Amino acid sequence: MQEIKEASSEDQAKERWEEEVLKPSLMRQGERKLSFKTVSLDEVNRLYTPSDTANIDFDRDLAFPGQFPYTRGIHATGHRGKLWTMRQFAGFGTPEETNARFKYLLREGQTGLSVAYDLPALMGYDADSPLSEGEVGKCGVAVSSLADMEALFDGIPLEGVTVSQTINAPASVFLAMYLVVAQKQGADWKKISGTLQNDILKEYIAQKEWIYPIRSAMKLVIDTFEFCTNHVPRYNPISVSGYHIREAGATALQELAFTLRDGIEYVEWGVRAGLDIEQFVPRVSFFFNAHNDFFEEIAKYRAARRMWARAMRDRFGARYERTMQMRFHTQTAGVSLTVQQPLNNIVRVAIQALAGVLGGTQSLHTDAFDEALALPTDKAALIALRTQQIIAEETGVANTVDPLGGSYFVEALTNKLEEGALDYFDRIDKMGGMVEAVEKGFPQREIQESAYQFQKALERGDQTIVGVNKYEMKDQPQEVPTLVIDESVRQRQLERLERTRTKRDKGAVEKGLDSLRMAAQRGDNTMPATIEAVRAYATLGEICSALRDVYGIYEEPAI
Amino acid sequence: MNERKIRVLVAKPGLDGHDRGAKVIARALRDAGMEVIYTGLRQTPEMIAAAALQEDVDAVGVSILSGAHNTLCPRIVSLLREQGMTDTLVILGGIVPQEDIAKLKELGVAEIFLPGTSTQDIAKFIREHVHPRT
Repeated sequence: MQEIKEASSEDQAKERWEEEVLKPSLMRQGERKLSFKTVSLDEVNRLYTPSDTANIDFDRDLAFPGQFPYTRGIHATGHRGKLWTMRQFAGFGTPEETNARFKYLLREGQTGLSVAYDLPALMGYDADSPLSEGEVGKCGVAVSSLADMEALFDGIPLEGVTVSQTINAPASVFLAMYLVVAQKQGADWKKISGTLQNDILKEYIAQKEWIYPIRSAMKLVIDTFEFCTNHVPRYNPISVSGYHIREAGATALQELAFTLRDGIEYVEWGVRAGLDIEQFVPRVSFFFNAHNDFFEEIAKYRAARRMWARAMRDRFGARYERTMQMRFHTQTAGVSLTVQQPLNNIVRVAIQALAGVLGGTQSLHTDAFDEALALPTDKAALIALRTQQIIAEETGVANTVDPLGGSYFVEALTNKLEEGALDYFDRIDKMGGMVEAVEKGFPQREIQESAYQFQKALERGDQTIVGVNKYEMKDQPQEVPTLVIDESVRQRQLERLERTRTKRDKGAVEKGLDSLRMAAQRGDNTMPATIEAVRAYATLGEICSALRDVYGIYEEPAI
Repeated sequence: MNERKIRVLVAKPGLDGHDRGAKVIARALRDAGMEVIYTGLRQTPEMIAAAALQEDVDAVGVSILSGAHNTLCPRIVSLLREQGMTDTLVILGGIVPQEDIAKLKELGVAEIFLPGTSTQDIAKFIREHVHPRT
């Protein structure tokens, strides 16, 4: 039966406006383009009106902040109660150099830490592995054992600051190192807080820093969930990340859909392992990108909160609020930064960060303007932090909760993103879940296609990047000094590694690695043995190698 | 009539997994009428040189964003030359500081393409600089 809807007075008014106001205006002067698209190449209408939000039920779809489905935020007072955590991602060279940067950022008013590790660490290799040559300390700080980790957090009490660690394939080893350092400082595991990225699915999908086959890697993730639930209850053992999915070329919709479906996959695996959702899901955190298209991003965060709450309630029967409340970190889009006219990046970052704040983020990293050239200098990192402080303290945007709620455009876009993401959920569910979808190469192909379509749009001139395909300045000298990481970093790291290997109790190392192999073979939780090995100064490479012996390695299918 | 298509090996050495650029370039060069072989991730310079020889390519396009270019690129060039591929064009794309560019060119990298380069410019460069073969 079809419902015949009576044309509302708004609809009639809109028709009248189109006839009497719009048409004559278009006759006088057409629009700048035939079609207007977001950075995700999604069509945007000329105008949004009450008819675009007519299907929204306030209580069901929006509600008040702090109320299900949390579209308007998880806290009743938004950023009035507590500002977001200003958490700048930092790491380069030796642990001592990064330690100094951490202290500098904390002195300048940063409120949380976030560690960037180098590529050997991300891949589970020691600094002295032949595969690490040329990469030690380049894209992040070099860490090969507990000795490096002790230097990294020297003089930084871990009970007093929350630390986020961007590490995935070897995440359980870094969690163990972090916990042992905290213990040696005299910190109580029950009191420390922080976040481990530990999102291995998005590695296979987008970032591609993997070690083990996917199902074994998922088991390691679940081990950390279980261990933290029991022993480190305030710690977030995962940050389900859309950031890298977006950077790899995904649209906002794909970022939303794949990230949330990844989150659902982890919850399913946790449930299957016998964990109680009301205990571990409140510690599942998220991480999104903040790209250039201002309103699309804000709608994405709002849709994400609503979808997560609904998924937890409807798929898993969650009853507690904290289980349904999505908390997330945001980082501005590295991919949007340009080498050309690099100071322009300060402006891009400010606008992207503003979208994150208006979307209700719990924590924020603002990129430094020189990041398309190299890792940030002290000066560039400081401007990035100041950008957040200006947004927080000068603009007034944090004075009211969800200031864009009720905007016809933002609400319509929020609905549209949710619908599109639910459609992706259906397709992935039909494949058997996200692990299966990744094994089939589905999200990888979708992202690759979007990346290529964006590149083509850029080269056609349909998308503009100021300084790159419009307003170019030829033959300009590079305007900014950059941070150089030289090969002496590797030398210093090799020396410390050598000292560590000589000084340690070899019997204890062997025993730790053996119990780890045994736990992995038996399917037991690997965390206790990992901690034992770490405490004995077994190196990252040795520990990952022990797990490789049991699990094997991942080979990427041709996609 | 039966003109040989330009053959390009797109290579991703080092530990970095950021392959968006490599894959976009591979597809764009294919669309520009070239035959493209993509090595996949984490190839050593030795593996890249061996693949170049086996695939008999005219050009090797290396993608590096991690800062390891000074270690990896010269090695790829010298391995290619050692195995007699003296004319094979080697180009690099990625995040490369200005001060490294001259040195890389001296060591045999024909051109360095920085972020923001159009794929059409890269295709044009390859077409103009590969050694003609019959």
